Amino acid sequence: MTIFGVPTQALFGQLLIGLINGAFYALLSLGLSVIFGLLNIINFTHGAQYMMGAFAAYFLLNWAGLGYWWALLVAPVAVAITGIALERTTLKRLYQLDHLYGLLLTFGFALIIQGLFRHQYGSSGLPYAMPAELAGGRNLGFMFLPNYRAWVIVFSLAVCLTTWYVIERTRLGSYLRAATENPSLVQAFGINVPRMITLTYGFGVGLAALAGVLAAPIYQVNPLMGADLIIVVFAVVVIGGLGSIMGSIVTGFGLGVVEGFTKVFYPEASNTVIFVIMAVVLLLRPAGLFGRAS
Amino acid sequence: MPESLLAVHDLHAWYGESHVLHGVDFDIRSGETVTLLGRNGAGKTTTLKSVMGIVSRRRGSVRLEGRELIGLPSNRIARLGLAFCPEERGIFASLTVEENLRLPPTVRAGGLGVDAIYELFPNLKERLRAGGTTLSGGEQQMLAIGRILRTGARLLLLDEPTEGLAPVIVQQIGATLRRLKQEGFTVLLVEQNFRFAATVADRHYVMEHGRVVDMIPNAELEANMTKLHDYLGV
Ligand SMILES: Nc1ncnc2c1ncn2[C@@H]1O[C@H](COP(=O)(O)OP(=O)(O)OP(=O)(O)O)[C@@H](O)[C@H]1O
Ligand SMILES: [Mg+2]
Repeated sequence: MTIFGVPTQALFGQLLIGLINGAFYALLSLGLSVIFGLLNIINFTHGAQYMMGAFAAYFLLNWAGLGYWWALLVAPVAVAITGIALERTTLKRLYQLDHLYGLLLTFGFALIIQGLFRHQYGSSGLPYAMPAELAGGRNLGFMFLPNYRAWVIVFSLAVCLTTWYVIERTRLGSYLRAATENPSLVQAFGINVPRMITLTYGFGVGLAALAGVLAAPIYQVNPLMGADLIIVVFAVVVIGGLGSIMGSIVTGFGLGVVEGFTKVFYPEASNTVIFVIMAVVLLLRPAGLFGRAS
Repeated sequence: MPESLLAVHDLHAWYGESHVLHGVDFDIRSGETVTLLGRNGAGKTTTLKSVMGIVSRRRGSVRLEGRELIGLPSNRIARLGLAFCPEERGIFASLTVEENLRLPPTVRAGGLGVDAIYELFPNLKERLRAGGTTLSGGEQQMLAIGRILRTGARLLLLDEPTEGLAPVIVQQIGATLRRLKQEGFTVLLVEQNFRFAATVADRHYVMEHGRVVDMIPNAELEANMTKLHDYLGV
């Protein structure tokens, strides 16, 4: 069977790859958006923190004997704590300054962290086994669906939507949205805004690390795994609109799929299609598809 | 025993390097409504923000029931029972009317219930699901006042709540302020409009160039009209 002259097997195969990539784009751009909204900082360390999540899973397994399911819980918390230390000691000094300073500082941290890991572990990648419960897959008739990939898509979608719900529909989220608009007034109502900022950074970093754990069984654990990915994620964020929660989720998954289909219909463009879309969006809607023009 | 609820003494404040308050002195007794009058730029807003801790570079003394507030961050000050309604109203666009109303956390028991607030400002109840800044200016002012009545704070700092509003809404806010006084709230009110101030306040402090230069009891306002016109340049 074919669609537009392409075998359905190949088409669904690319759709699946697109959704997987999209899941990572969504998780990472969601974290970036949450951080940017409240801290006013473009967190270039995000890719390195994603990598740290994967390494944390690797360490937990090889040093402490804690497997994938533990890593899913412990690695994001551990990496979030390093993020919180970073925020407390350095980032908090930059909130009043131009975005450029935060961007430069976090970019510097990314280079340092990636350099340290590469020095220690080389750049060839360390294997991380798939959890036994999710090995194998099922034949859906029109395609073969590996269980682990299905899990990554469903789980990251659930994490994204839960995050959206908390921010847009709960009381805690209303503090966050209000503090994004006017932190000093929210603080004058009795809310400890500096602490909220710190925890929000920790949460965004934790999302990146969570994506890293999810990625480890698929892409192996590699000091530079975040370096290339983060460039694409920034394009996703620009397209969705920096600071928009739903925008990050929809754009993340959507662009993953677009990229996958491009691989089917015009493979030459598959690595650049997102950047082309970014350029077009920047020209037509500089605030992004979901961004509020300010 | 200190008899003032709030005693401000020799309060100085800065925005960056710019020295704006030069030793402000005044006090408020529990249950009073007191105004700060003064020309544009006299330092009224800065005084409220310094009491509240929003302007963080400040010196001198701000005592609430004898307890020193200088040096505390604004979230701690709020928890002691002060609430602030800013000049620009500070309604959040990304929150619904209801979320705006429920945003400030309860700091102590004894605040007005949500129903009592709807009774004061019936307009709000009809627009709960709307975005905060889709309200009219007057409705936003009602929301800005309403939300701090819920928290249990007993000392309210209101910065020009009548600014730019239609006469009927100014009257409604006046009625609200008199009602709050009956309920025992203490109010520090910044006003440009002293005719309005005279209908709600017990005493008036006059500010000039970052200092309090005079205090006029409301009963003596008529007798001091010439002086007041002079101060305010009206
Ligand atoms: N954010 C700021 N940075 C620097 N200077 C400021 C800032 N806000 C106010 N000022 C200055 O501080 C002085 C006092 O301002 P403030 O807002 O307290 O006056 P005000 O009495 O409230 O005036 P108005 O009646 O116009 O509201 C003014 O000279 C003003 O220019
Ligand atoms: Mg003012």
